[in-house]
Amino acid sequence: MRVDLNDCSARHPASKIDAAPAVRRLSLSVAEGEQVAVIGPSGSGKTTLLHLIACALRPSEGVLKLNGVDPWTLSTRELQLRRGELFLASQVPPLPPRQRVITSVLAGRLPHESVMASLKSLFYPTGIAVAEQALGQFDLSDKLFERVDRLSGGERQRVALARALVSKASLFLIDEPLSALDPTRAEEAIAALVTAASERGATFVCTLHQVATALKHFPRIIGLRDGVMAFDLAASAVTPEILRALYANKLDELTGAAPEPEELPASTAAPSPAVMHCR
Amino acid sequence: MIAALVLSWPMLQLTEFTPWVIFEPSSLKYTTRFLAGFFPPKTDSEFLAMLLRETWRTVAIATSGIALAFVLAVPLALISVRVLSISGLTGRMNALPAVVRFTARAVMIVLRSIPELIWALVFVRVVGLGPTAGVLAIALTYGGMLGKVYAEILESGDNHATKALLQNGAGRLQSFFYGLLPQNAAELTSYTVYRWECAIRSSAVLGFVGAGGIGQQMEVSMKMFNGSEVSAMLIVFMALVWLADYVSAWLRRALA
Repeated sequence: MRVDLNDCSARHPASKIDAAPAVRRLSLSVAEGEQVAVIGPSGSGKTTLLHLIACALRPSEGVLKLNGVDPWTLSTRELQLRRGELFLASQVPPLPPRQRVITSVLAGRLPHESVMASLKSLFYPTGIAVAEQALGQFDLSDKLFERVDRLSGGERQRVALARALVSKASLFLIDEPLSALDPTRAEEAIAALVTAASERGATFVCTLHQVATALKHFPRIIGLRDGVMAFDLAASAVTPEILRALYANKLDELTGAAPEPEELPASTAAPSPAVMHCR
Repeated sequence: MIAALVLSWPMLQLTEFTPWVIFEPSSLKYTTRFLAGFFPPKTDSEFLAMLLRETWRTVAIATSGIALAFVLAVPLALISVRVLSISGLTGRMNALPAVVRFTARAVMIVLRSIPELIWALVFVRVVGLGPTAGVLAIALTYGGMLGKVYAEILESGDNHATKALLQNGAGRLQSFFYGLLPQNAAELTSYTVYRWECAIRSSAVLGFVGAGGIGQQMEVSMKMFNGSEVSAMLIVFMALVWLADYVSAWLRRALA
């Protein structure tokens, strides 16, 4: 899928009207099948950028085009079909605790399955081989029938990534896939994602805090700082000086561990507690 | 404390709160005669067989009522839940979905507000005396109750998993079965089992207006001032409530 952002700005859904937008006047073009890593210090708008491309956040300014069509001009039904062609993975694995790993992984197929087929699959999973193969890329095929809450944080993250391999998306938008993984597992995971994307010719946009991994696996690097694009270069052209300028005043993030996951703040209405009525 | 007493004085006057009337000699005579009849409780086998049959009928009324209520509540709750809104993923919901959700919510509130006793009175006149009226009354009231609380449970739980599925193009029902339901299943079943227990007590009360079961028998015996039958039924009823409470607690622990 081809992605074109033209002068787009977006703000967090819960931010004040006069607060600065999380992403400001960003213009970006990603060709079909291209693989891009987005790097930058925390708060630079990387997650917002991914949500913007994934049609999970409406741009307050500017135009987004997926395959030459602005998805926000479509009806809700057509927009939902477009969403079925992409895959957005957030930093926190979106897995219900009591679900089995196989069901969680096969949930990646939902946009392309009928309701009856997905219901049947709940009782007797119909894609065991597919799920096993996807989990095998992350060395988790022995956990096929485990419950999600019995897995460690790193294993849960890998299960959420395995979902991407099962989906038929032509655009992967993955947010911080390696934050809970140790170096060996991280290498394995990013290699699996990159291979899967190139095998099916999918466009791959990935935000990463591990700059070395980004430079190693991605041919094109985009640097964001304070919601503005700092640079858009080939990986070979990114020098240590450029990186130091990007991470100025936050140099500990350049060399140290990844900071806490930055989630888009939830909507302003706090979830109200369930009221149990007695009569 | 003093303020509460001061405030309640005019209310007590208004409601003619005169508990000392119980101890006036004329009322005491009737009270003692009625209570004397309670001992010993009637225990002949024919009566006990009838009692057990009626108790079983009460449980059956409650269970079928809850089953019908469930069938009514699930679609209403699913329609009214905001976390399954696709247009609501990125800001305010569109107008039509908002109206549909509001209507579903309104239906559930109306069903819930009318006490089941009133529904039972209406249905006894429509379908006649007997368990059918009780089942329908419980189905309607508890349908509204279950639906409203199911919707609240689904909306108050963590919706990150559901949102992720909707954002990636899954349908609403699919997102429910793969995201919302596994996330909240424990709380939903716990509440349903608790309501089943409430329904058992409800159906005994509904029996008083003719909806069958142990309540109807108790009303008949009370009208005839047959204290021994009433006390036997009360003992059996309390045992039933205790048993239902025990089973409900065990089920909720087992399913948690």
